[in-house]
Amino acid sequence: MSVLLIAEHNNKEVRPFTLNAITAASQIDQDLHVLVIGNKAEGVSKSISEVPNVKKVIHIDNEIYENYLPENFTPAIIKQAESYTHIVCSANTFGKNLMPRVAALLDTSQISDIIKVISPDTFLRPIYAGNAFATVKSTDNKKCVTIRPTSFDPAPTTGGSAEIIKADAAEEFLLTKFIKREEVKSDRPELGTARIVISGGRGMQSGENFKLITAIADKLNAAIGASRAAVDAGYITNDHQVGQTGKVVVPDLYIAVGISGAIQHLAGMKESKVIVAINKDGEAPIFSVADYGLEADLFEALPKFLEELNKLNTIQK
Amino acid sequence: MKILVAVKRVIDYNVQVRVKEDGSGVVTENVKMSTNPPDDNAIEESVKIKESGKAKEVVAVTVGEEKAQETVRKALAVGADRGIHVKTEGIVEPLAVSKILQKIVEKEKPDLVFMGKQAIDDDCNQTGQMLAALLKWPQATFASKIEVKEKSLEVTREVDEGLETIETNIPAIVTCDLRLNEPRYASLPNIMKAKKKSLEQINASDLGVDIKPRIEQIKVEEPPKRKSGIKVKSVEELVQKLKNEAKVI
Repeated sequence: MSVLLIAEHNNKEVRPFTLNAITAASQIDQDLHVLVIGNKAEGVSKSISEVPNVKKVIHIDNEIYENYLPENFTPAIIKQAESYTHIVCSANTFGKNLMPRVAALLDTSQISDIIKVISPDTFLRPIYAGNAFATVKSTDNKKCVTIRPTSFDPAPTTGGSAEIIKADAAEEFLLTKFIKREEVKSDRPELGTARIVISGGRGMQSGENFKLITAIADKLNAAIGASRAAVDAGYITNDHQVGQTGKVVVPDLYIAVGISGAIQHLAGMKESKVIVAINKDGEAPIFSVADYGLEADLFEALPKFLEELNKLNTIQK
Repeated sequence: MKILVAVKRVIDYNVQVRVKEDGSGVVTENVKMSTNPPDDNAIEESVKIKESGKAKEVVAVTVGEEKAQETVRKALAVGADRGIHVKTEGIVEPLAVSKILQKIVEKEKPDLVFMGKQAIDDDCNQTGQMLAALLKWPQATFASKIEVKEKSLEVTREVDEGLETIETNIPAIVTCDLRLNEPRYASLPNIMKAKKKSLEQINASDLGVDIKPRIEQIKVEEPPKRKSGIKVKSVEELVQKLKNEAKVI
C-alpha cells in the first residue's frame, strides 16, 4: 500500500490545509508520497520534504501549471497514480474541484470529505449537512479520498528530509483558460484555521454594521465569518461564508451574532469547541448548539462586549 | 445552442433529517422531498440563457426512482422544454450517475450541461467534475456568474480565497453555486402546462453502463450530541464565563 497526496500551494508556499491532509493520509498508510504540481515551485517541494510524515516528494514543474486548473492537473496525476493504492487531497474548493476528475478517469467511486480514518478502506464522513455520520467502505482497488481538513491536526513542518524526485509534465488541456483570481487580502487569521471566529448573519442588517464584528475580531485576533444569508444580502464577500456549501470551521471559540442557525449554517460550525450565540430571538435554533447563549439586541451587545473585552488585561492570541 | 440540466430529488433542505434506528440510513418515508437547491439555480440559469435568445432548447434530466420525475416536472414548469427520467433503484453513486449522464449527453449532444455544485443529501460534490472527465470537457465548478459568448463561456467561480474567473470552450460542464441567480417559482398555469410537455423514461439498465455501488455503507449514525449549554443574562457574565469557565479568551 502507498498513498499519493496532491499538495495545494501557490507556487511559493504550501497552503495550510495540505498539512492537515498529510496527517490523515499518514493514518491510511505510512508510505506517504506528496505530489507537487506547479510552476517554479521548488520551494514548495523543499518545505514539504521537511514534513516528517512524508516519505517522498514528486515534483512536476512546468509553466502550464502556473495556475491551478483541474483539467491540467488531472493528466499529470493519472500518470503517477499507477503505483499507488490511494490518491488523496483536502476537501476544500481545491480538492473538491480536482479529485472527482481524477477518480472518474481511474474508474473509482470517490469518498468525499472524510472526518476519520477507520482503516485503509473504511472511513467516517458526514452526510446531510452533518446531521448523520456514515461509515463507508470502498471496494475499489484504487481509492480516491478527500479529507475534511479541520477534522485532523496539521502535520509538523520540520524534522523530515524526504527525497524529492522530478517527474514529467503531462499534455496541456487547451479548452480551459485561467483568467484571474480576486483574492481578498487580510491581515487576520484565515477563517479555516483561526482559533477564534466571529460571524455575522442577516441580523447585522447591513455591510456597514459588520464594523461592530470587525472591532471585536481585531481585539480577539479572530477571523470573520458569515452566514449564507449575510453573503447573499451582499453584506460581506463569499470567502467568509461558513456552512454546508461554504467553509467548515472548528475553532476553539465560535461567536455567532445575528445568525438564526439554519441547518446549512450549523453544518459549518457545530463542531467548534465553544459556541456563543448572540441573538434577540430566544427561540432561534442557533441556541440549541450554543454553550453560552445571550438573548440580546446585537447592536447593544456588541459594543458592550468590546468594552468588556477591553477591560480584560490578558487576551490569548 | 442546447442545454442539458441535471436535477436530483433530495430531502427538502428545511427538514430535520432523522437517522433510522437500525443504522441503515436516514428516514425518507413521509418526508418532504424537493429539488436539490443548487439544481434549482442550474435550471434557472439554463432558462435565462434560453430567454436571452442564446439557447434554443433546455432539456432537464434526472436519475432516480419513479418519483424522481417530480423534479423534472418542476423544471418543465419553470421553463425547461422537455424531460428525461433515467430510472434506477437504490443508491446510485456519483460515478454511476456521471456514466449515465455521459450516455444521455452522447444521445442529446448538448452544448452545455448544467447542474448544482453539490447535492445536499450525500454532500459528495462529484458528479459534474466526473462527467466532465468522462467527456474530456472543460469543467467550470461552483459558478456564481456565467457569461455565454459565441464559442466560449466566461465563468466566475467561488473559491476559498475569493473569486476566480476562467474561460472555457463550448461544450462544457458547469456546476452552479447558490448565488448564481434567484430561482423563480412555478406558476399554477405553468405547472398545468408542464404536465403536457414530453417526459421520456429510460431504464438505466438499457444504457449499458455499470452502475453497481462500489461503496459499502456499513452504518449511518447520529453525530455525537453537544452537551446542552446555558443562557447567560448579560454581556459581563458572558465574558466572565469565556474567560474563567471555558478559558478561551
